[in-house]
Amino acid sequence: MRKLGAENKTARYAMLIDLDRCNGCGACMVACAVENNVPPPQPSATPRTGLNWLRVFRLNTGGRDAFIPVMCMQCGDETPCQSVCPQKAVEFDPATGIVGQIPERCLGCRYCMAACPYQARVFNWWDPQWPAGMEQALNPRVSARQRGTVEKCNFCHGRWQAALEKAAQDGESGPVRYTPACAEACPAQAIRFGDLNDEEFAAECRDSGAFRLLESLGTGPKVFYRTSRAEVREATRGFGEVKRG
Amino acid sequence: MVDRIDEAWIARGVRRAPFSRFLLWAAPWAALLLLGAYAIFLCLRDGLFHTNMDNRYVFGLWIFLDLTVIALGAGAFFTGFLLYVLRKTELKAVINSAVVIGLVCYSGAVLILAVDVGQPLRAWFTFYHPNVHSMLTEVTFCITCYLTVLLIEYVPVFLKNRRLKWKPSMLVFEYHLHKVMVVFALIGTLLSFFHQGSLGGLFGVLRGRPFAFREGLLIWPSTFFLFVLSAMAVGPSFVALTTGLAEKITGRRLVKNEVYQTLGRISGKLLLAYVFFKCLDTLLWINQTAPERGFPAHRFYEYGGAFGTWILFAEIALLGLVPALILLKPEWRARRGLLLGAAAMACLGVTLNRFVFTIQTLALPTMPFDRLLLYWPSWQEFAAFGFVVAYGMLVYSFSYRYLTLFPQERELAMTEARR
Repeated sequence: MRKLGAENKTARYAMLIDLDRCNGCGACMVACAVENNVPPPQPSATPRTGLNWLRVFRLNTGGRDAFIPVMCMQCGDETPCQSVCPQKAVEFDPATGIVGQIPERCLGCRYCMAACPYQARVFNWWDPQWPAGMEQALNPRVSARQRGTVEKCNFCHGRWQAALEKAAQDGESGPVRYTPACAEACPAQAIRFGDLNDEEFAAECRDSGAFRLLESLGTGPKVFYRTSRAEVREATRGFGEVKRG
Repeated sequence: MVDRIDEAWIARGVRRAPFSRFLLWAAPWAALLLLGAYAIFLCLRDGLFHTNMDNRYVFGLWIFLDLTVIALGAGAFFTGFLLYVLRKTELKAVINSAVVIGLVCYSGAVLILAVDVGQPLRAWFTFYHPNVHSMLTEVTFCITCYLTVLLIEYVPVFLKNRRLKWKPSMLVFEYHLHKVMVVFALIGTLLSFFHQGSLGGLFGVLRGRPFAFREGLLIWPSTFFLFVLSAMAVGPSFVALTTGLAEKITGRRLVKNEVYQTLGRISGKLLLAYVFFKCLDTLLWINQTAPERGFPAHRFYEYGGAFGTWILFAEIALLGLVPALILLKPEWRARRGLLLGAAAMACLGVTLNRFVFTIQTLALPTMPFDRLLLYWPSWQEFAAFGFVVAYGMLVYSFSYRYLTLFPQERELAMTEARR
């Protein structure tokens, strides 16, 4: 764990996903569920009622299929889900750039889900249940959520807190470096996690092959994608967005 | 014996069906009420997986119909405004009926909202630490306050019951309450104005949903004003329609023709204004708002079928402009069938508008590699909504039987008897 430059008091955590490397194995989805105490799906659950914080879409581009992992984009500009929540259950943390969801405050009105253009939010349609004994393996750093509340990716908040504690023990201050579960689990190392205040990482996110989903909406997403395949870039382009490099 | 007790509660000078026939009428609604209560119980006990809503269709039949009944229930606030503030005294003949309709619509909507949210016991959080930037906060505050106003407005209607009038204290209370009713009419107008508007604002502020997002004036998107105007336009139409239906079902004349004419004329004028502003808003959305956000508007209608361009045509022209013209032309309006038909079309138009904003917004994908999804409500969703309909029918039926919903009924009955 390394402290970033002392001049940076805050971080802007972001992800850079290399679509050329992603083979759609789903290890990131499993790691995410295990890390964040997402319960196994109920027998009658469907892909539309599941609790996946991270979904991997298959892109049929005519030739070789491509896969695109989609999670909460941690929108930084007028975060769409934050302003609509009637009881302040969604918070944007200026110290990290992460959009937090507070399930204990959530009314379950699902207005934030309607507001999210990435459909990255999921609702607890059932009471969370784990098979006998499996609850012993829950992550103590992440609270389980109740039925009737909304949840979503928070760039592994439990890991960030653990990193903060470690930094405090080591006498360090400022933003910390850590790795979310999906990035750690990816066997192809397709997911990279970093801080946009880190110039090297920021430059990689802004190179000519990198793009963000639905940039034209102006929500300032902090998940970047990269591919060398023009057809994949085309397939991820918004309906009327200007053609990318 | 039962008939004699029943008759003692019925207002003098009006005729009502025998009690046994009234029970026969109420029985199917009571059965629907019970079925709906069971469905609501299931959703509250087990969770919302009993519905067919999902992570994409986060709003379904309930929210769509909530928005619709609240728009139709606007007849209560607007008729009150016309009568007490603008002094359209002929509307005194329907104000009690409008108040009951408003009460039923708003209380039914609140009840369904309580089932629709995942954690209804946390509803008070919105009052304790509200997010003042959220349109839903405005909706919650206004709907709660206006329901209270409607309950207060219902009290004098209730206290005018023949048996309750025997108690002098009730009569005095009713008299004093009636004197301050103009204040409640004004408060109700203000609350309902903001409430109808914030329901429109709910969708207009969704900057991540280019299909619903609209340009704004100050802090409110255009849908805020369009929802207010459309509710004001169809409110009188719905009052006329329900009065016409009540006349048909009971087989009695309840109000004079001039009342229908006034309601139709006001509705027509407002509907025409609504159609004009809706056209402007749609043109602005097609040419500026949607393209600026990267979504050419024609892409939203490429899926055809249930979500094709026919919706736009039906909403604005067929169910907006056509009824407006019928209601505005005195010769056409004078024909009762045409007037009520146009009123029904106007109500359908607003229903379609609420469907578009609630369901079509969610059906359309935003991400280019996602697809259009469809949804069909579960039986629990239908039954829970049936609960609200049955509750409304029962409250209205009991109110009609034992209270004076139409003050002109007695006079009209006497005129007919003289003939």
